[in-house]
Amino acid sequence: MAESTSGEGTRRDFLYIATGAAGVVAAGTFVAPQVAHMWASWDVQARSSVKVKYNEVEPGQQIVADWLGKPVFIRRRTAEEVKTARSVDLADLPDPVARNANLSDESAPATDEQRSFGKDGEWLIAIGVCTHLGCVPIMNKGDYHGWYCPCHGSHYDLSGRIRKGPAPENLPIPKLAFLEDGETIKIG
Amino acid sequence: MSGGHIPQEHYTPQSKAEKWLDHRLPVGGLMHHLNSFPTPKNLNWWWIFGGVLAVCLVVQIVTGIGLAMHYVAHVDHAFASVEHIMRDVIGGWWLRYVHANGASFFFIAVYLHIFRGLYYGSYKAPREILWIVGVLIYLLMMATAFMGYVLPWGQMSFWGAQVITGLFSAIPGVGKTIQAWLLGGPAVDQAALNRFFSLHYLLPFAIAGLVAVHIWALHHVGNNNPSGVSVRNTSVDSAKKDTVPFSPYYTVKDAFGIVIFLIIFAVFVFYMPNYLGHPDNYIEANSRVTPEHIVPEWYFLPFYAILRSIDNKLLGVLAMFASIGILAVLPWLDTSRVRSGAYRPSFRWFFWIFVVACIGLGYVGSKDPAIRLIEQSEEFKFRDPAKADEKLKEITTADKSAEAAIQISYHKEEDGESYMEYSVKHVHMAFTMKNLGQLLMIYYFAYFLLILPILGVRERARPRPDSIDADFQAKMAKKRKAAAPAAQPAE
Ligand code: HEM
Ligand code: FES
Repeated sequence: MAESTSGEGTRRDFLYIATGAAGVVAAGTFVAPQVAHMWASWDVQARSSVKVKYNEVEPGQQIVADWLGKPVFIRRRTAEEVKTARSVDLADLPDPVARNANLSDESAPATDEQRSFGKDGEWLIAIGVCTHLGCVPIMNKGDYHGWYCPCHGSHYDLSGRIRKGPAPENLPIPKLAFLEDGETIKIG
Repeated sequence: MSGGHIPQEHYTPQSKAEKWLDHRLPVGGLMHHLNSFPTPKNLNWWWIFGGVLAVCLVVQIVTGIGLAMHYVAHVDHAFASVEHIMRDVIGGWWLRYVHANGASFFFIAVYLHIFRGLYYGSYKAPREILWIVGVLIYLLMMATAFMGYVLPWGQMSFWGAQVITGLFSAIPGVGKTIQAWLLGGPAVDQAALNRFFSLHYLLPFAIAGLVAVHIWALHHVGNNNPSGVSVRNTSVDSAKKDTVPFSPYYTVKDAFGIVIFLIIFAVFVFYMPNYLGHPDNYIEANSRVTPEHIVPEWYFLPFYAILRSIDNKLLGVLAMFASIGILAVLPWLDTSRVRSGAYRPSFRWFFWIFVVACIGLGYVGSKDPAIRLIEQSEEFKFRDPAKADEKLKEITTADKSAEAAIQISYHKEEDGESYMEYSVKHVHMAFTMKNLGQLLMIYYFAYFLLILPILGVRERARPRPDSIDADFQAKMAKKRKAAAPAAQPAE
């Protein structure tokens, strides 16, 4: 086959590029499933909501539900605890965002009113996974009496907001609904 | 000071069988090259750990394959299957204790091997690639050991997995997605355990592949040695003045080192098999309760201390990865052309402080960061709680950020009457375990980023020997002198 001298591509150049491109596509179609299979499988994704009875929780108590393999704190706060949580100056919060999946406004401020539920805001329901590296914080410990994460020392207040330590965000509040029977919460 | 190939005698097959084989597959030549590889004759004991590491890898793979025959990678059965290995499988306790302690001893050997390289400048030209392959092996070892530790599915396994995969969530934007992908779900669960087992099985073989590349590079550039001076490699004869064939000289020396290492290893396996482990890992994983003190295995503690030194998630994670990654660029950070620390009087000081800093970081990583090492405080005691309150107010209004608190304690008078005491403690200054970690971390990074670059330019090195042979003869003369009886005057 004669070499082209006009500076245009030859048939051979075309074949090189076409073969190379086909090779890249083939490699891609091989790699993609290797990445894909590592996502959460359908059955794991399907376990999406859980119902929890809350009617026997007394003020000052907390129960822990299991949702998607994560603990969810369901805490009924005393009137005094609510008062403390609501008297905090927003300027003192490292994370000023509510992080409440039930609010349509994603940038709602992290006031206790935006994070609590029920009569006088006595219910605080948050995912009990430290936003630092994922340990479960311990109730009624730490400088702000909400929760304290033993792993690297993050202090959360009575509204589940991060106040001190390496965790960057407030404990997130999952999508939830108080059902009409008056004794069950649906999480997720 | 040229690097490159060390001249070696050629292999000529002798017998008919050897000739037949050599014509078809030159394994004879390869064996000859490995056996008679010209090795500097002045190597000291710090050079035995390469051989020790090879033994460790084989031990881990062999015992690991045995364990995998009985282990069940399922969240409901993993913990029980490890107990089954310990109690029911014949010799199972041996397999597991050798494998678990083997991992620790693997790391002991690799740390000694790395510090050896740091002291004698083994990372300097022409050994940069050899060094970087070593760093990659070390990284894979960490990944393998981390995933292996998850398999018995105890409390430390579970929470270790949670925290380490949590490191990825620090990546801005996509971090949480990456974490969910790594775990195969929203939390550490069956999917994660199963894939960790798969990768724990695979990675040691990837390590074995990298070890081959490591040795390939080593056999191209030749060993470094305590004097740091290169082998004279203009001809086979000149190289012979500085070297001895690897076998039998170093096969025997390495074998001796390996035996000593294995004896110490056996003491751990048979007399204190759980000494290096953590009791919490004998409690089955519980996704609701984090143990009070989660600590990684001892070989990760210095990095854990660095992670905890910084009160910002992303920066803490970056510092931790940087502390390992910095090793890979070390060949270009150290500006000194003198390899061996033996001829660098100031470097030696900084090096040994660096060793102490690393051990110190490991210690800090094992302790509660809130522990106060030094505290300067004032205490005011009251019996009247109102007065104590007043005092506290006084302190906090004078200085809003003051650290002060009331403590209540019970006491007894001499007549048996008991009373409560309210003491107000005003802390003026506190130096915590975390602060100590921060100091050590600063030194760790300064060693690489400031000390080594500056020292190489400013330091005046001591005269180095002309050749490896000269170094060797000088050392031998010293030894002979020391061995000579005192009564005989030295000539
Ligand atoms: C670089 C080499 C290796 C290292 C550093 C390593 C490290 C570890 C560690 C630290 C554990 C946890 C031990 C415990 O506390 O119980 C472990 C467990 C385990 N490893 Fe490995 N391992 C290596 C190679 C292998 C290989 C090649 C296999 C399989 C072929 C394997 C199979 C297992 C199994 C089945 C377990 C779970 C049983 C147990 O926990 O004792 N390992 N490994
Ligand atoms: S995981 Fe909670 S502080 Fe690190």
